[in-house]
Amino acid sequence: MNETLPLLPTGGRFARNVVHFARALRAAGLPVGPGRVLEALRAIETVGFERRDDLYWTLHAVFVSRQDQREIFDQCFHIFWRDPKLLERMRHLLLPQVDIGGAEEGEEASRRVAEAFAPEREPGRGGDGDEPEAPEVEIDAFMTYSERELLQHKDFEQMSAEELAAARREIRRMRLPFMQVPTRRFTPHPRGRRIDLRRTLRQSMRGGGAAIDLARKKRLRRHPPLVILCDISGSMSRYSRMLLLFMHTLTNDRDRVHSFLFGTRLTNITRHLRRRDIDIALARITETVEDWGGGTRIGHCLRQFNLEWSRRVLGQGALVLLITDGLDREAGAGLEAEMERLHKSCRRLIWLNPLLRFDAYAPISAGARAMVRHVDELRTVHNLESLRQLAEVLARQGIRRAEGHDRWIARATPEAA
Amino acid sequence: MDDTLPASIDDTLALLRRGDYVADRPLATTLFLSLELERPLFLEGEAGVGKTEIAKVLSETLGRRLIRLQCYEGLDVASAVYEWNYQRQMLEIRLAEAAGEANRETLARDIFDERFLIRRPLLQALEPHEGGPPVLLIDELDRTDEPFEAFLLEVLSDYQITIPEIGTIRAEQPPIVVITSNRTREIHDALKRRCFYHWLDYPTAERELEIVRVRVPGIEERLSRRIVAFVQALRERDLFKLPGVAETLDWARALSTLDVLEITPEIVNDTLGTLLKYQDDIARIRGSEAARILEEINLKLAQEQV
Repeated sequence: MNETLPLLPTGGRFARNVVHFARALRAAGLPVGPGRVLEALRAIETVGFERRDDLYWTLHAVFVSRQDQREIFDQCFHIFWRDPKLLERMRHLLLPQVDIGGAEEGEEASRRVAEAFAPEREPGRGGDGDEPEAPEVEIDAFMTYSERELLQHKDFEQMSAEELAAARREIRRMRLPFMQVPTRRFTPHPRGRRIDLRRTLRQSMRGGGAAIDLARKKRLRRHPPLVILCDISGSMSRYSRMLLLFMHTLTNDRDRVHSFLFGTRLTNITRHLRRRDIDIALARITETVEDWGGGTRIGHCLRQFNLEWSRRVLGQGALVLLITDGLDREAGAGLEAEMERLHKSCRRLIWLNPLLRFDAYAPISAGARAMVRHVDELRTVHNLESLRQLAEVLARQGIRRAEGHDRWIARATPEAA
Repeated sequence: MDDTLPASIDDTLALLRRGDYVADRPLATTLFLSLELERPLFLEGEAGVGKTEIAKVLSETLGRRLIRLQCYEGLDVASAVYEWNYQRQMLEIRLAEAAGEANRETLARDIFDERFLIRRPLLQALEPHEGGPPVLLIDELDRTDEPFEAFLLEVLSDYQITIPEIGTIRAEQPPIVVITSNRTREIHDALKRRCFYHWLDYPTAERELEIVRVRVPGIEERLSRRIVAFVQALRERDLFKLPGVAETLDWARALSTLDVLEITPEIVNDTLGTLLKYQDDIARIRGSEAARILEEINLKLAQEQV
């Protein structure tokens, strides 16, 4: 591989145009660094300037690395390189002698385009690393024991603003143990079941090969991915804000957590939740999500999830938390089939329903009845205590599917009881 | 069969065509770049659009050896790169003892000798081969976990592998690397950055027809047109898993084997299993929906002929 670009006038307009284009892409959200710009220049040199679509696909091969970036790239490309004479001029520029006279005007124009759609960089947008972390003042005994105890059992819906703030702090402190499943990898362990032959031999070589001490290893365990689907419709509004906080804590506590919000449509908020600062994360989420506090179309949203996301996030035996009250605007239309699909695609499906705080609750609304048959567990999430219990459930491995679930199914069909 | 690399995008198209692979220009551009600049080709797309096939065709038309690494969860260095032959090592120690030459230094050197090294696909790919560097196919990378992906970074950026007991093994000529992913999870950007990325879409009707002609020789023109039109219409339906090119070819072969002259709703119902792989999808299309699609495409094809 040649590292230099002998044919290209390094300070030339052409290179500058590519740099501008890369900058426009970066402003549009594509992760384009200087390394890729060099790569692009070399790629264009390799392919040549015979055709416009070749230029398109050459730059595409270098700058695009995910399917959802294709649309952005396409738009940027057509805005940026729309000048029909550009190709011709670039061909000139590739030659050692640079034709300055004719290029002046067009270059001016393309620079303006570049500036027009490369807005001012937002302060603090540069990567997660250099974000100033909010100073976290944690006072351990911020409440007396009994106050805390009371708070544990209070319904989120009935909390005062002050209590909500306290509950928020509680949630942020939660560290959740999480069930672990065996993987196919091994780790050295003094009392492991298997013999690590490689380490055994290396150790015995150290001693001259006279004695062979067996080194052991055991299976590495790892938690499965966690997928959270949270309802943000009007009937859930008080809870969903609290649960967002819970989701944020979970996301920052471990890897492989995917979060989605749904009301009338489905939104993936995983990326936003990865921001360590909860306020920034929430601000981004509020910007992206448009269906706060509206109606719910559970069936529609689950279908969207099944079609677009299930294959991407449910691989490797994911655990799914579905948080909703099961009140569906469309009266459960098409919901059952989607629930079945979802249930069959994951390791364990846990339905968290705040309505369960009422002792007499029975899943008899059309939506709830369609859902209750296809979950492994039904639990409540209306106060801190229930969140804590949830943590326990996540920590142990379910013995079998739909464990301890019969009574809910019985309640769903009162006529049969 | 020639073993020279293509010199232009048109050459690349022709090369793939010689291997009975009907590619479009965007794909040929990306492939040409990756061959020319010696970088891996990263192909993503739905199942059955011909990602794996590219590697096979490349190895065949270029006359290179194909080395395939099928990924799965928990794939580790011992099964992807190298492993020591412990039994023979033990034996060697025993023999040395018996011969009374248990010198510590030499024994350690002898034990971790290349003779006792079992080479797995990645290491094989870095070794010199007759007829030029091999084609390394890393299939379904999304099935592995992140640690293995991180390991691949060294291999793919410098084409070298470090074995602690021996040292670093470096490829004199880098292999042609094709990585495929079904996107059951997102591959990390660090890895993608080292590759040329291409999203393989379902082909257009025109290209799909060409693929059927090339891949199912002897199929009747009229039938193949109907097959392609039907599959294309299916892809516009709301299905859990859309049929890929592989399914189109399977169906074409099935119908051709059954000596079908005209696609009727009954035939569609009987053979739908080759096209759709989920019971929900089959239930949705079988019967009246299939008949409706057939009517649609017959009308469309009749109009085209006028």
